[in-house]
Amino acid sequence: MTNKLDVVAISVFVFFFALVTVMGFVAAKWRRPETLAHIDEWGLGGRQFGTWITWFLIGGDFYTAYTVIAVPALVYAVGAYGFFALPYTIIVYPFVFAVMPVLWKVAKKNNYVTAGDVVYGRYGSRTLEAAVAATGVLATMPYIALQLVGMAAVFKALGLTGEVPLVIAFVILATYTYSSGLRAPALIAFVKDIMIYIAVIAAVVVLPMKFGGYGPIFAAAGEELAKKAAASGGKIAAGLTLAPSQVFPYASLAIGSALAAFMYPHTLTGVFASSGAATIRKNAVLLPAYTLLLGLLALLGYMGLAAHLKLSSNNDVVPVLFQTFFPSWFVGFAFAAVAIGALVPAAVMSIGAANLFSRNFWKHYVHPEITPAGEAQVAKIASLAVKAGALLFIIFLPTQFALDLQLLGGLWILQTFPAVVFGLYTGWFRAPALLAGWATGFVMGSAIAISDGIKPLHALSFGDTHVTLYVGIIALAVNVAVAVIVNLVLIAFAPQGRMKAAE
Amino acid sequence: MEKRAFNPLWFLLLLPYIGLLWVPFYNFAQPEFLGFPFFYWYQLAWVPVTSVLTYIVLRSLGDDE
Repeated sequence: MTNKLDVVAISVFVFFFALVTVMGFVAAKWRRPETLAHIDEWGLGGRQFGTWITWFLIGGDFYTAYTVIAVPALVYAVGAYGFFALPYTIIVYPFVFAVMPVLWKVAKKNNYVTAGDVVYGRYGSRTLEAAVAATGVLATMPYIALQLVGMAAVFKALGLTGEVPLVIAFVILATYTYSSGLRAPALIAFVKDIMIYIAVIAAVVVLPMKFGGYGPIFAAAGEELAKKAAASGGKIAAGLTLAPSQVFPYASLAIGSALAAFMYPHTLTGVFASSGAATIRKNAVLLPAYTLLLGLLALLGYMGLAAHLKLSSNNDVVPVLFQTFFPSWFVGFAFAAVAIGALVPAAVMSIGAANLFSRNFWKHYVHPEITPAGEAQVAKIASLAVKAGALLFIIFLPTQFALDLQLLGGLWILQTFPAVVFGLYTGWFRAPALLAGWATGFVMGSAIAISDGIKPLHALSFGDTHVTLYVGIIALAVNVAVAVIVNLVLIAFAPQGRMKAAE
Repeated sequence: MEKRAFNPLWFLLLLPYIGLLWVPFYNFAQPEFLGFPFFYWYQLAWVPVTSVLTYIVLRSLGDDE
């Protein structure tokens, strides 16, 4: 079934991959600016993407290939708990609706390109700016590496083993991102998202017919999960609903992930690249369409259980389901959708990280008189470096290491939330207070996660009450508490401390 | 930004947080709908509901550019 070369599937796969490669290079001419040698053009596509382009770009960027592989894999492994991605990707949008237009306006007015720019503009602190920018780059690197994991899962299923296909795909990606900037993933996102919609809708319509509807799928999956839970001797809580011990982890992961999601450089890049506040608001209404897709996609995990698939790794559940139930040409199509689904976020992530490097490090510490064209050139080279780093990471280090770092990355990026968001609404906080909060949250959160063996959850005890929560949320609570206390102390000692006026 | 009267429709945006983060509201299997246990269709139903609530607030904002 697997690891045998399937010529039809590979041909379809290569066709679509070639198609988006051409699109990636042509994108440089799409909505052609006077020059691409400006960071606003290369790094933000000229801040002119309307409602539909933004919908495809953020959708293609936020719902990554890794999501397509990993969410069904988690549902396959543990059941209901894996669904936390669903409430997460619902409650993220009212937040986007309320906050991101405000952030966009500040960025547009002052020509900000990154979260680091926003923070420096608000607080005038190079240290806080550097903290936010470094956190962004650090959190993004393993995220790019994970896109490679998603791509590797389909390469493996196609029988393309070894690192060569991965290296080729990434070199192509790096080349057109270098030449076209954000226009490349924006254009490719159209193809990627439509392909993903087709593949997933086909799966959630066709597969239930083979099982006699969703009822039998849930029934069979429930039995399999009960067997897994029993086999683990009660160590794994797996089932169609949450065990009491999973309730707080479920909710805290959902809210923590939702607050972190739009602090990442790649999602912020999508927001800043849009043409206006109204574009972002409309997208907050329209983007949940992807969430519906994600919810249905997650059910593939249960179909995998109902089909009694024999898997060497949970991550194989989606590829093997397609290979088992669909003809070769459609397998090639679906796998191409996943692989292209890795390219779009990987491109935007590397651009977001590169913008941070160029604007918030290079410009200030190496070359303060740099022109916008120079900024774009530095960002282009940085985007190559970021992708090369992610590739080396995946080839030479264990995949688990990337997974662990990605988990810590979510915790880290969440600690930039107060610095980036609070200043949009209040002038009360001062930079040293936010910096102290960020540092405490970052160090304490990492320490807790690492001492637990890099697990996302941590058990807290209040007397006899034990509550298990997402570490990121615990660290954020500490972060905010420290920021408030330090700020009160600062105000007590220097009531007239100069604050930059709100912009 | 200029001051303007607070629009109470903004409170609608809190509903998805309440409905989804208070897990005891939906952590059970019955009643089923189209074969989906309650846990699943309840959460899936919040997708269009949230979208509509957000749309209502969007409509009420008018042109704030």
